[in-house]
Amino acid sequence: MALIQEMDYGTPKRISGTAVTLEIDGKPVTVPAGTSLMRAAAEAGVQIPKLCASDNLEPFGSCRLCLVEIEGRKGTPASCTTSAEAGMKVRTNSPKLAKLRHGVMELYASDFPSDALNGSGVNSEFKEMAVAVGLGEVRYGLAGRNHLNSEKDESNPYFTFDPAKCIVCSRCVRACDEVQGTFALTIDGRGFASHVSAGDKPFIESECVSCGACVQACPTNSLLEKTVIQRGQPDRSVVTTCAYCGVGCSFKAELRGDEVVRMMPFKDGKANHGHSCVKGRFAWGYATHRDRITKPMIRAKITDPWREVSWEEAIGHAASEFKRIQAKYGRDSIGGITSSRCTDEETYLVQKMVRAAFGNNNTDTCARVCHSPTGYGLKTTFGTSAGTQDFDSVEAADVIMIIGANPTDAHPVFASQMKRRLRQGARLIIVDPRRIDLVKSPHVQADYHLPLLPGTNVAMINALAHVVVTEGLVDEAFVKERCDLAAFEQWRKFVAEERNSPEATEAFTGVPAADVRGAARLYASGSNGAIYYGLGVTEHSQGSTMVMGMANLAMATGNIGRKGVGINPLRGQNNVQGSCDMGSFPHEYPGYRHVSETAVRESFEGAWKVHLQSEPGLRIPNMIDAAIDGTFKGIYIQGEDIVQSDPNTQHISAGLGAMECVVVQDLFLNETASYAHVFLPGSSFLEKDGTFINAERRIGRVRKAIPPMAGKADWEVTVALSEALGYPMHYNHPSEIMDEIARLTPTFAGVSYEKLDRLGSLQWPCNDKAPEGTPVMHVGGFVRGKGRFMITEFVPTDERTTGRFPLILTTGRILSQYNVGAQTRRTDNNIWHDMDVLEIHPSDAENRGIKEGDLVSLASRSGEITLPARISERMQPGVVYTTFHHAMTGANVVTTEFSDWATNCPEYKVTAVQVQLARHISEWQEHYRQTRRLTTRIEKESTAND
Amino acid sequence: MVHMANQIALFFASYPKDEAVAGVTDHFQKFWEPRMRKQIIEYVAHGGGGLHELALEAVKHLQ
Repeated sequence: MALIQEMDYGTPKRISGTAVTLEIDGKPVTVPAGTSLMRAAAEAGVQIPKLCASDNLEPFGSCRLCLVEIEGRKGTPASCTTSAEAGMKVRTNSPKLAKLRHGVMELYASDFPSDALNGSGVNSEFKEMAVAVGLGEVRYGLAGRNHLNSEKDESNPYFTFDPAKCIVCSRCVRACDEVQGTFALTIDGRGFASHVSAGDKPFIESECVSCGACVQACPTNSLLEKTVIQRGQPDRSVVTTCAYCGVGCSFKAELRGDEVVRMMPFKDGKANHGHSCVKGRFAWGYATHRDRITKPMIRAKITDPWREVSWEEAIGHAASEFKRIQAKYGRDSIGGITSSRCTDEETYLVQKMVRAAFGNNNTDTCARVCHSPTGYGLKTTFGTSAGTQDFDSVEAADVIMIIGANPTDAHPVFASQMKRRLRQGARLIIVDPRRIDLVKSPHVQADYHLPLLPGTNVAMINALAHVVVTEGLVDEAFVKERCDLAAFEQWRKFVAEERNSPEATEAFTGVPAADVRGAARLYASGSNGAIYYGLGVTEHSQGSTMVMGMANLAMATGNIGRKGVGINPLRGQNNVQGSCDMGSFPHEYPGYRHVSETAVRESFEGAWKVHLQSEPGLRIPNMIDAAIDGTFKGIYIQGEDIVQSDPNTQHISAGLGAMECVVVQDLFLNETASYAHVFLPGSSFLEKDGTFINAERRIGRVRKAIPPMAGKADWEVTVALSEALGYPMHYNHPSEIMDEIARLTPTFAGVSYEKLDRLGSLQWPCNDKAPEGTPVMHVGGFVRGKGRFMITEFVPTDERTTGRFPLILTTGRILSQYNVGAQTRRTDNNIWHDMDVLEIHPSDAENRGIKEGDLVSLASRSGEITLPARISERMQPGVVYTTFHHAMTGANVVTTEFSDWATNCPEYKVTAVQVQLARHISEWQEHYRQTRRLTTRIEKESTAND
Repeated sequence: MVHMANQIALFFASYPKDEAVAGVTDHFQKFWEPRMRKQIIEYVAHGGGGLHELALEAVKHLQ
């Protein structure tokens, strides 16, 4: 595909019930009232020259290039700042306008590097405009005062700021303000001295979050990606979906031949509307990192060096080992793990292979350790295991409640959309132990921050519900019409009990009752109340209970079933939703249908032509337990690193170490691969076709931009392994896999690659009832019929602080790194976070004699690690925080085996710990350093072929 | 295993006993792999010490 140049209409689209008709260059045009002349002209196919305007920014009127003439009016107004009016007659071209524009461009060019204007280098809007106005010789020369020798700011690893090319049009400043909402840039100085400033600091030291909005907005290449400077103008584009978080941004991969030059956010992407974050926009270099493993490898023992072999040998070896194990230990002695980083089609095939070729239901996915309680809780209360809204719904929210999520770090593009709504006046409640950025950031301040103690979510949600029920804030009409009344009355009685009041629960949560009451009243009495939540809800021993508690609250206040409301899980990884939808869990087929449902099972048996088991299989922690017990001996792990990501590392390692055949399929020799006997090289999202499903149930296409580095896409590897196991699968392309999914899954019945290509993306359910998908669920009725209130008794976690472990550790993520860091650690994002640190409150630090940067030990009943301390008032006393992005840190050495009662989602957010000054790194880290070296040796053989 | 079973029982304990036992039983059946159910059945056969009464009751329904 050629390089895609998206249409820029110059100013944002306006929505109005009134239409106006005018004439532009003799053509009649009808647009909504409030539309600019520039946009009206563009919609009529007339491009007015412009430099300071862009259709994702409010008009500014500074460049004076977009001047027009209006019949009956004096002067030449800027078309970007002049609204269309009925009956107007507008001329966009005349000798006078041409002369004016030429003069303006000539002045700009008189202080612009001539090689950037006339050379054959990278394209820019500035060059296009010079051509558009017929700019030839510049009469003023470059001898006068100018900015041509201004110093470049190359501090950011991904882009350069060259002030010599800056025309001070403010697009970058406005993009930072209006699109990203960070307000890191400004125009300093006046007149000739005016310049773009990141707070008088180099970009890297400023508040800039490297989202790339300014670079994208720049019309002159003053801000430009370093990869474009190094690799030159891209010559083709492939529209695809980002492989990072659950926002699922749409991007144009811009390439020069088979080399990616840059990733540009795609304006038509319905999840991101042309915006991006530092990960998706810039941190894609991992795809071609030197650490990529591109040859299959095997070894007899994990202490042996890896031996490179052919695909045939590796697949054959894995299959024969799995067969041997099943013959010796039984059918149920092996299983597989699908990945939220892989496509729907790939996860579908892995669970299919487990069920059909392994002959059991021992399939699970990494959603086990993040959002499995979302699936359980929302299915129980509403009838379906997914969030209720699309992202755009936030634009209609009046009160936003964020519980246990940190969107500016973990879902930054959606956070920008949310912040825009907050700047428009939506109210904000934050329920989080930490003072996350949204509590107070430029032009955003939470009305309530409820800094509860980790582990007390359910007490908090019950207290909020108590206020709603006892203060007459229930939406009785909604409940009567939409919900199971017997269950509601049972719940109402429970939650009204005094022990659930804010005053009573304050003893657990630590949050003043008055604040809880205020927050509950605000949420219940705002017109549209929307709840957004993350792993701070799910990763608890009562994760599923809390999800049901939020669903109760939304139903009781009627905040479900329309735009602006809802229960919205912010999914961590790019395809958490999809991997769950595709039947990765051991008890469910695709579409969340239990394996014991005879009719469902028979439909799969018919299609797959194999007998299927009706009993649930093992979850990941059960597999590990069974391995230690000696009944589980082999596993196929696609794109998942359980050693680094799952809790209690020593337990996971012991389980894997007890297995006889561990097959890992991944881009890199990840931590789990240290325990593997077969390594199958994976393919990055740039190397294959497929789909991802984001947090709003949006199915987006992943399109192959470059060939697979190891020769096979991941789905092809699973197909080969299945065939070697004696269960051939016949697909020529992932589209055929999706066709099969659609045939067998009612909520996907209307999905096809053809429709995805035509419409861009689709939100399931997509079927005869909703042929173009479903942005908002439960409109008019719940999927399960009547909404079901569940009693949510607060049960304190068994993980308690003691004299030995007096602090609570909670773990999480930061903006620049992603999950286990396998991708982002192999990019320049390390400049922001090259190691995990322990955030600790000043008083806790002082009590322990800990200063900023000191090496400290972090110990729990599970294990001990060491890491540097960061003194932070974001923490409350008694609570410490770290991330798990770096393998050497081993954050999960410390976390425990406690988990959610319903789903076994680990209780990452509550671990009792002690923190002390340390003199040397921990025993575990020393052991890791030695064994990691041993288990990752590769013996290169000249005879190996692929 | 006992810890997990008791956690499940504690969730359903807020409901009337019949409903609670049915809830725990259903949970074991829907989400516990057969070898796990076998283990807990054997555990109960050996006394079931430390198990919540609802879990004990539910395990009897598994047999």
